[in-house]
Amino acid sequence: MFLQQLLNGITLGSTYALIALGYTMVYGIVQLINFAHGEIYMFGAAVGLFLVTVAGFSLVPALLGAMTFCMLLGVLVEKIAYRPLRGKSSRLSALISAIGVSIFLSTFMLLIAGPNTRRYPEVVNPTTYHIGSLQLSSMQIIILLVAALLMIGLNLMIQKTRLGMAMRATSEDLEAAYLMGIDVDRIISLTFAIGSALAGAGGVMVGIYYNAVFPYMGTMVGLKAFSAAVLGGIGSVPGAMLGGITLGILEIMGVAYISSSFKDAIAFGILIIVLLIRPQGLLGKKISKKV
Amino acid sequence: MLQVNDIDVFYGSIQALKKISLEVKPGNIVTLIGANGAGKSTTLKTISGLLRPKNGSISFKGREISKTSPNKIVGMGISQVPEGRRVFPSMTVMENLKMGAYLRNDKQGIVSDLNAVFDRFPRLQERIKQMAGTLSGGEQQMLAMGRALMARPELLLMDEPSMGLAPLLVKEIFDIISFINSTGTTIFLVEQNAHMALSIANYAYVIETGKIVLSGPAQDLINSEEVKKAYMGG
Ligand SMILES: Nc1ncnc2c1ncn2[C@@H]1O[C@H](COP(=O)(O)OP(=O)(O)OP(=O)(O)O)[C@@H](O)[C@H]1O
Ligand SMILES: [Mg+2]
Repeated sequence: MFLQQLLNGITLGSTYALIALGYTMVYGIVQLINFAHGEIYMFGAAVGLFLVTVAGFSLVPALLGAMTFCMLLGVLVEKIAYRPLRGKSSRLSALISAIGVSIFLSTFMLLIAGPNTRRYPEVVNPTTYHIGSLQLSSMQIIILLVAALLMIGLNLMIQKTRLGMAMRATSEDLEAAYLMGIDVDRIISLTFAIGSALAGAGGVMVGIYYNAVFPYMGTMVGLKAFSAAVLGGIGSVPGAMLGGITLGILEIMGVAYISSSFKDAIAFGILIIVLLIRPQGLLGKKISKKV
Repeated sequence: MLQVNDIDVFYGSIQALKKISLEVKPGNIVTLIGANGAGKSTTLKTISGLLRPKNGSISFKGREISKTSPNKIVGMGISQVPEGRRVFPSMTVMENLKMGAYLRNDKQGIVSDLNAVFDRFPRLQERIKQMAGTLSGGEQQMLAMGRALMARPELLLMDEPSMGLAPLLVKEIFDIISFINSTGTTIFLVEQNAHMALSIANYAYVIETGKIVLSGPAQDLINSEEVKKAYMGG
């Protein structure tokens, strides 16, 4: 029972982690809480659904298509709504702009798709595998595999490639990054692109797993993924992964052992306690003053 | 090589530089000395493109750069060792040095420059895997200098490299600056340590509250009563 819940928690948590990565990477570089990120995730779910139902795509092409769409959408949002404000106005204006984009995107979806909850057709064989007493559905396996693959890929990219190093440098010290000859605007675009693509993948997989796609699905998940990023230590990539999985486990355990009607209250309650004890988050660095 | 003409620079409504003009000739060490808050760092940041002058022009090798983006300015051959080192603290010494060579793709040239940096700063080689944030102040200064050299600049801007270092280390750093210059790199050095700066420079400018108040060959300024009084403790 406990192991089963743990497994379910990790599955849910790995989708939070995928979304939390976008919050944390963007925050790490431009110190902006990108409130529109949850809506990017929602668009991922919707575009995936469109590709499966209308275009007849199977899972993997639909996933890739939704990721590409979200990547472009994320880059576009940054160009239109955040870049013009950068350096010229306060962080607060950028935050307001992000809230505006978030409302615009969900309302836009409401307008074109209507308020109803839509469902994915059967894209994977609904097989359940048994390992001892553990049950594992085929969709769970796909979520765990895809999430693991994407996160390993992201880590390799950040740690080993020239662009990944430039991303780290820019998030550590933007001005010094300029002095290295790094095209900081391009790195910011890249960060939005990667974060949005990951959220898009999360959207498709959650859409299929919970079988529900609707215009406001990004609000609650966005909040949770953001909290997961804070729990892990905002700005820290491994932190977002750990924070996402931790939050997923907390949520499922709360439902299993306490009460399903309190599931969010329990998860967020524990989050508050952790942050009271460790304000910088699980893997965050002590908040240092920027020069 | 570098020509700054009548630049005005503002922070919001506060004017930090007032009609600053100066020139750096190729092959020279030129220094800009002045007290805290005089506008030295502002001058360097403006040359690097991190700040924009409201009026005036900056040209480098005959090309106007006052509206060029900072990353492109690095590509044109101007690197800066910023005030307070500004190494990337959670990146290793090696990664910091690689970031210095970010715009280059000549693998062999990078390797040979890396070796040159290690020859110059053996302490960096011993610590290539150490996080830059855990280096001592002196080591961070060496890393910041090595990192800037990895771009193979024609003009190196340095902002108070002696800040916070013990006298022996200051001497070492200034020897290295002279050496870098002897290998053909032009240097524009900002300092509060007027004595040291003037002793290695060819030409010097003195800045006070955003204005150049004095300039001349460094030798002349060393002996000037005015400079002695204001910057070298009598
Ligand atoms: N970001 C900023 N916003 C507003 N004013 C600033 C800013 N940076 C510098 N100033 C002001 O501009 C003036 C020049 O500062 P600058 O940093 O260029 O001085 P400095 O000569 O480098 O001094 P120090 O030797 O202490 O480094 C100072 O009066 C300073 O207060
Ligand atoms: Mg300064």
